Amino acid sequence: MGLYLLQRFVLLLATLVFASIVVFGVLEILPGNAAQVMLGASATPETVAALAHKLGLDQGFLVRYLAWIGGAAHGDFGLSYAYDSPIGALIAQRLAVSAPLALIAMLITTIVALTAGVFASQRRGKSGDVAVMAASQIGLAVPNFWFAILLVLVFAVHWHIAPSGGFPGWEAGLRPALGALILPALALGLVQAAILTRVTRSALLEVLNEDFIRTARAKGLSARATLWRHALPNALTPILTIMGLQFANLIAGAIIVESVFTLPGIGRLIFQSIANRDLLVVEDCVMLLAAIVIGVNFLVDIACAAIDPRLRRRVS
Amino acid sequence: MSRDSFAARARRNASFAVGAALVAMLILATALSLVWTPYPPGAIDVPHKLLEPSFAHWLGTDSLGRDIVSQLLAGARVSILVGVIAVGIGLIFGVALGLAAASAKGIAEDIIMRLCDFTFAFPALLLAIMFTAVLGAGIVNAILAIGIFNVPVFAKVTRALGNNVLARDYAMAARAAGKGPIAIAFEHVLPNVAPALIVQATIQFAIAILAEAALSYLGLGAQPPQASWGRMLSDAQQLMFLAPRLAVFPGLAVVLAVLGLNLLGDGLRDLLDPRLRARR
Repeated sequence: MGLYLLQRFVLLLATLVFASIVVFGVLEILPGNAAQVMLGASATPETVAALAHKLGLDQGFLVRYLAWIGGAAHGDFGLSYAYDSPIGALIAQRLAVSAPLALIAMLITTIVALTAGVFASQRRGKSGDVAVMAASQIGLAVPNFWFAILLVLVFAVHWHIAPSGGFPGWEAGLRPALGALILPALALGLVQAAILTRVTRSALLEVLNEDFIRTARAKGLSARATLWRHALPNALTPILTIMGLQFANLIAGAIIVESVFTLPGIGRLIFQSIANRDLLVVEDCVMLLAAIVIGVNFLVDIACAAIDPRLRRRVS
Repeated sequence: MSRDSFAARARRNASFAVGAALVAMLILATALSLVWTPYPPGAIDVPHKLLEPSFAHWLGTDSLGRDIVSQLLAGARVSILVGVIAVGIGLIFGVALGLAAASAKGIAEDIIMRLCDFTFAFPALLLAIMFTAVLGAGIVNAILAIGIFNVPVFAKVTRALGNNVLARDYAMAARAAGKGPIAIAFEHVLPNVAPALIVQATIQFAIAILAEAALSYLGLGAQPPQASWGRMLSDAQQLMFLAPRLAVFPGLAVVLAVLGLNLLGDGLRDLLDPRLRARR
């Protein structure tokens, strides 16, 4: 396990470095100077040069890259050009909305998908299975932002039992704050559950075909005990792996769904910053989200190796 | 195993039949929109704004009096365009990279595959958002951003199956007969991975349509006056209390198109992959 952990950790660091180069590099391929883009076409050369100097854009690629990474490594994300305040504080404020949203959505996905997946696998080929598979097939085709709009139409416009958007802030109390997050989390979580339901079902069906399941049943274990003790733990690795990969979709989806509900999260910050041409904020936000996704996938790899010793030996 | 013809099996495969029908509808809508729409899709007619569905306007009009049916038809055109080009980019570069990785082996294969793994762990839509933000919003940049993320998908499929083919006797025989790696890649590997690539292309087509709708909804894809399902949804959202039906039709169009492509992909996989068929 030790060697495996070390190997995964090195890979994690390499992936993070690569991601940071890609994110940083995108700014470099800007047609023209980043300061010019931020200020617009009407800016005078002097103001462009002054902003470029203020942001350190007049230095070389490597110097700026190292300064950016070095700063980020100990919590200094630089200054926002539009807000004229530290980007770290801006992001922390927005994370207080986006992180709970993502977590609640993931929770909904997990509960719905595991329940539906287990249910379908136990009724293979029967009407319950067919219904779950049909629903998940439709779920795969529904854009999460459209589902979000439909939820607003039903629960906010028609029934008036949920807000159509906005966020009262955590200081308004837990109930109103969570109330503002529940529709967005449902929009994200239910659509995501479609894929995971199918994965859960097929992973379980695969395991249920194994000899040790027959042995467990033959020695007199009930179907329920066999499912919990033998089938589910063995089906967990593919389920966890897909959950890790889905987390990337969830983060991207959160950006869009925040937009539907005008939630002041990271996604909104990214869009406001795009509109303000505040590219350093965009860069920091994208890097942060990428780092979270890469980190989650690292944890999933470790968890899978802990569950299934065979994976540890598969040294690449 | 039965030795039915492809057509006979295709008729019995429900996924394939439904998927093919929906995709045919999408293609017909696109073709129709090129020669005829009830009204010009971008034609603003403010006196006739927000009309209920009627004989003159089958699905009504939007806040600027534009005909919904005409816009939906024109939107199909954008979806098809994005799908074809984005999948095309993925196929051309992805298959080339995958074939190169499978033929080269060793460190080159490792590097190509690590790069692919990396992009899988990265929120593709997020980078697409960043690309379009930096390069400028617009349908061309949106297509490029979506297309780039198709490259690793096709590279991975091509390489995995390519390695299988290269380990077969006939590939070794070809090598022994003095064929070079490029000749083997085109004569033996490509024909054998083609069915899997077709299935993957259908699924990526669906993903591209979803991504375009999302980018256009966010204002980063199709720009006015270009009709696009995603843009129609973002317009409709402003009027949710006044005309909720406007938010329904474009979403349904996306769902039907994506559902059709996904079902077609599932059906094709069953039909084209003999091993899967044997297991059933």
